[in-house]
Amino acid sequence: MKISKKEVEHVANLARLNLSADELETMTGQLDNILSYVDKIEELDTSNITPTTHVFSVTNAFRDDVVKESLTQEEAVKNGPEQNGSFFQVPKVI
Amino acid sequence: MKLYELTISQALEKMAAGELTSVELTRSYLDRIKVVEESVSAYITVDSEGALQQAEKADRDRGDGKVGKLCGIPISLKDLLCVKGMKMTCGSKMLENFVPPYDATVVKNIRDAGGVILGKVTMDEFAMGSTSESCCFGVPQNPWKKGYVAGGSSGGSAVSVAAFECAASLGSDTGGSIRQPASLCGVVGMKPTYGRVSRFGLTAFASSLDQIGPLGRSVEDCARMMDVISGYDAMDSTSVVKDVPDYTMSLSAGLKGMKIGVPKEYFNGLDSDVEAVIKNSISVLKDRGAEIVEVSLPHTEYCVAVYYLIASSEASSNLARYDGALYGYRKEGADSLLDMYKETRSSGFGAEVKRRILIGTFALSSGYYDAYYKKASQVRTLILNDFQKIFQDCDAVISPVTPTPAWKMGENIDDPLAVYMSDILTISANLAGIPGMSVPGGFSQNGLPVGVQLQGAHFSEEVLLKIGFNLEQGLDLAPRELDI
Repeated sequence: MKISKKEVEHVANLARLNLSADELETMTGQLDNILSYVDKIEELDTSNITPTTHVFSVTNAFRDDVVKESLTQEEAVKNGPEQNGSFFQVPKVI
Repeated sequence: MKLYELTISQALEKMAAGELTSVELTRSYLDRIKVVEESVSAYITVDSEGALQQAEKADRDRGDGKVGKLCGIPISLKDLLCVKGMKMTCGSKMLENFVPPYDATVVKNIRDAGGVILGKVTMDEFAMGSTSESCCFGVPQNPWKKGYVAGGSSGGSAVSVAAFECAASLGSDTGGSIRQPASLCGVVGMKPTYGRVSRFGLTAFASSLDQIGPLGRSVEDCARMMDVISGYDAMDSTSVVKDVPDYTMSLSAGLKGMKIGVPKEYFNGLDSDVEAVIKNSISVLKDRGAEIVEVSLPHTEYCVAVYYLIASSEASSNLARYDGALYGYRKEGADSLLDMYKETRSSGFGAEVKRRILIGTFALSSGYYDAYYKKASQVRTLILNDFQKIFQDCDAVISPVTPTPAWKMGENIDDPLAVYMSDILTISANLAGIPGMSVPGGFSQNGLPVGVQLQGAHFSEEVLLKIGFNLEQGLDLAPRELDI
């Protein structure tokens, strides 16, 4: 086994997902299958290989700090499931 | 010939000659959508009124001598590109009511060139899939054979082009999502070099792999779209500062002096009809003057493993933003913030999206990062090196796009790994950041289209377009009836 049900539950919690008992069962089987397959990359010796995260080197793109037209506060929060025109509203935190 | 059957080039010519207006052309597509949409399910949103207004404006502009490169041409967009004021779902319940407050840069480019936006098309949920069957708002059907998949994730783009519901479409390609549906639906599709086209306003899936590109009914139409969408954009810090050639002008007959590689690893376990189409295409390119050589991409067999680790890792991070707080769907009734996050994400995402988020979160989690994400990124370097070595000697490589033609809907739906394996021939272009293209090469014996893949060095789009153009001309495929 590459991954246990307990580990899938842990990862689901990290990813902020609830899994039903059925989902947990199916996902564990499928993830185990996928992870067993991807272990194929272990065959290769990569000890001196630099990882590629981006194909071209990406550097910080700086711009002058000039005020430009942007979304209004109302436009910016408009898609919020619950908002009051200025703020996003969420269930009580404290 | 019906108006909706015109290529972009033909329509532009007729409009320039005063024989056709954009309003007529746009109406022709809107009528066509009404007739065929029930059988092909390509669209999520059709903006008839907006499209006709844009068409009227294009006609006025043309009258005033303001003629953009796509003046009056009706275009569809994959439903993960932001159009100000037009619903964008990404094929997911999570964004069923999301209305973007701005235009993506490619959308702005199309508008500036006079293009007419018809609407938004179906796709796999958050672009994760190879069949578009995970779309929550209709599953596109292969217009060549009832009951067969359109491919994915840009299935709606490919179908809308193949079924004459638009002149061309924009899709996105993270592991083959433009080229594969283009191949399965018999249209031309191009994934440009990473950084060639701005991604501002594209919903992110895997940021080191995603790229926007065109689908069209001819190579020339794709070149025309590339002319409009390519170039640096200050709003996308990963777009590359580099001159954009005139792609349409690069389409000329003859391939003398060109060397095209045939990667032997791409011919393992192919469907015999696919193999026959590729062999025929190779001989056409030879006749056109190209030199054909066998080459090797030795790390091909590791691509699927590397891809599903990297793409899922990046996806798990990118999709963290869908939490029910800022936009999109929220599951009501949760009594704490944490429960709101969990309940929203659990009922808002479909199974494939959850699966990839879980794989990615696991691969990035403490204790596993080195073995999975880091190791995969190192193998990615080896894959990139394979291509760079080949392109020192070859101008491009030719191969199939997929090992088989389109398959039946519902097949392999419970076996994600089997579906992942079908991406084996397209994902390495994304890992290496190189451009790739699918050009129709012929048909299988049971009447399904088979595409030919061309891949080239970074920023060699004009070379691929030129080879594709020669292939298209040399094959001169006879028109066939769609099954809709």
